[in-house]
Amino acid sequence: MDQLLWAVFDVLRAAGNGMLLSAQSDDPGLFMQTVNWISRRSEMLMELMLEHLWLVVLTLIIAVAISVTVGIIISYYESIAQTVLGICQVLMVIPSMAMLAFMVPLFGIGFTTGVIALVLYSLLPIVRNTYTGIRELDPAIVEAAKGMGMTERRILFKIKIPLARPVIMAGVRTAAVMMIGIAAIAAYVGAGGLGELIFSGISRGHQPMIIAGAIGVSIIAVAFDYLFYYGEKRFAVEGRTREGN
Amino acid sequence: MIKLEGLTKVFPGHNIPAVKELNLEIKEGDVCVLVGPSGCGKTTTMKMINRLYEPTGGKIYIRGENALQMDPIKLRLDIGYVIQEIGLFPHMTIEENIATVPNEKQWPKDKTKEKVKEVMTLVGLDPDVFKDRYPTALSGGQRQRVGVARAMVSDPPIMLMDEPFGAVDPITRARLQNEFLRIQERMGKTIVFVTHDIDEAIKMSDTIAVMREGELIQHDTPSDLLSAPADEFVSNLVGRNRSIKRLHLIRINEILEDVDRGKPIPEDAKKDDIEKSLADSDIRSVIVVDKDNKLKGVIGVNDLKRKTGGEVAGDYCQDVSDTVTSDATLNDALSVMLEIGEGYVAVVNEDDQYAGTITLGDLLNVVKEDS
Repeated sequence: MDQLLWAVFDVLRAAGNGMLLSAQSDDPGLFMQTVNWISRRSEMLMELMLEHLWLVVLTLIIAVAISVTVGIIISYYESIAQTVLGICQVLMVIPSMAMLAFMVPLFGIGFTTGVIALVLYSLLPIVRNTYTGIRELDPAIVEAAKGMGMTERRILFKIKIPLARPVIMAGVRTAAVMMIGIAAIAAYVGAGGLGELIFSGISRGHQPMIIAGAIGVSIIAVAFDYLFYYGEKRFAVEGRTREGN
Repeated sequence: MIKLEGLTKVFPGHNIPAVKELNLEIKEGDVCVLVGPSGCGKTTTMKMINRLYEPTGGKIYIRGENALQMDPIKLRLDIGYVIQEIGLFPHMTIEENIATVPNEKQWPKDKTKEKVKEVMTLVGLDPDVFKDRYPTALSGGQRQRVGVARAMVSDPPIMLMDEPFGAVDPITRARLQNEFLRIQERMGKTIVFVTHDIDEAIKMSDTIAVMREGELIQHDTPSDLLSAPADEFVSNLVGRNRSIKRLHLIRINEILEDVDRGKPIPEDAKKDDIEKSLADSDIRSVIVVDKDNKLKGVIGVNDLKRKTGGEVAGDYCQDVSDTVTSDATLNDALSVMLEIGEGYVAVVNEDDQYAGTITLGDLLNVVKEDS
């Protein structure tokens, strides 16, 4: 993971150097301009990053609550599972701009609209992974649990969910990283976040602003991914492969 | 103890019933083995007893109580359940796995811990070594022991076992079978045991229920089943070599007393003594034991001619490649003899002490007497 961070850093530095060289001698260069802009506006940048983060975290909490519940329910009802997964699939295929446009007449402009759109987007990976994670458990494990007299409720919470957790978490990880990107676009409907910086940068032709916004989004995405990666590894070590001493 | 009356199961979408009008009574403390080709309805029958499958017709009585009117969860908590795939929970330690039923019954923690230890020792797993391990760190045979321990921990009067020893290698299987029979001798549970292996059925059972296409063909003791098969299907199932199958029915300790074979010699015996014993021996070898009566090795006639440094029995003796335990069946003894390529095999008891030697001739005598 450290290597990845270094790689990102290298790319940024290389890009910066390229821009420096191409810039005219009296011009400080785009890289330096961006660095200057960030240092001048660091407070605002932090605020927008936190807003972005809040948007993503809130959406993620709602999405996980809904999707895991739906995934569990359809794991019991094979007949509706394919329909539900199909609907989620369609929701994810709709281009994000179009989805946001649909939301505006229904929910107006603002944070809520952004959250709703993002939740709809993130349904599929989590629902699908919850569903497959539970369905693909070794049937012998479930049969043994049932045969020993565990209630369906206990089997779900003590056996099925803990065993499907790595698969479910992989879905959440996919959804989270995807959402961080789309959340930037959600600034278009007034949801706030780093997208605001990017969009106003574009409309004003202010490049340092755009780059600062993009860097912020990237940092959040990489940090999230790392967090999940670390979490998955930890849980796996704890639960499954610890050998006796 | 268990009484099945006109038990029928038709799976939805099938015309032919999987189990048809089955009547079966199993006495308390008996091991009843359901045997038959795959698809004969034996597993279905078993799964109706703890209501993993709901019967479409007929009745089940357990201790005179109508099982179909009981709460299925309560019913299952008092019936031990072991399946071929074991179904251990990979995210729980062995201790947690075994404590499943006590946890469902909400036993106090101390009692559960105590009982888990006890039952682990019973199935031959050292609690201190294994209780904190995860199932992935265990061999197939060890996992199967955990499966049995998990089913027995709350001391259920009834156990259902679906090919419990089907997925392990033949040697481990024979050992698990013998251990299980030893445990059963002490616990005296009522057991319904499903297998497609007629040899296993003969070995494990008090009574055998032969099934075909959902119907019960014959329910008898193994010895009656061998001597009087009800029809051609049953006689085909038990096979032609019924005399050999009888070897499954007899344990080594049952015949060991009647076998009069020379005493083993201590490891410090002199060459003269060895020669004397060898002359008396009908297997052209003598067994050597140490002072704790543990098996040390064997001396064949040719071994004496070899030059060694010392002059006592311990210096001449060769290692014994394999032994059998005294509670194994004669069939186990036969397979060990064939495996090591000798006409005899040394028998040891539970504490690893030398108990005697049996030969191919002894087995022959048993088969002759019986038929």
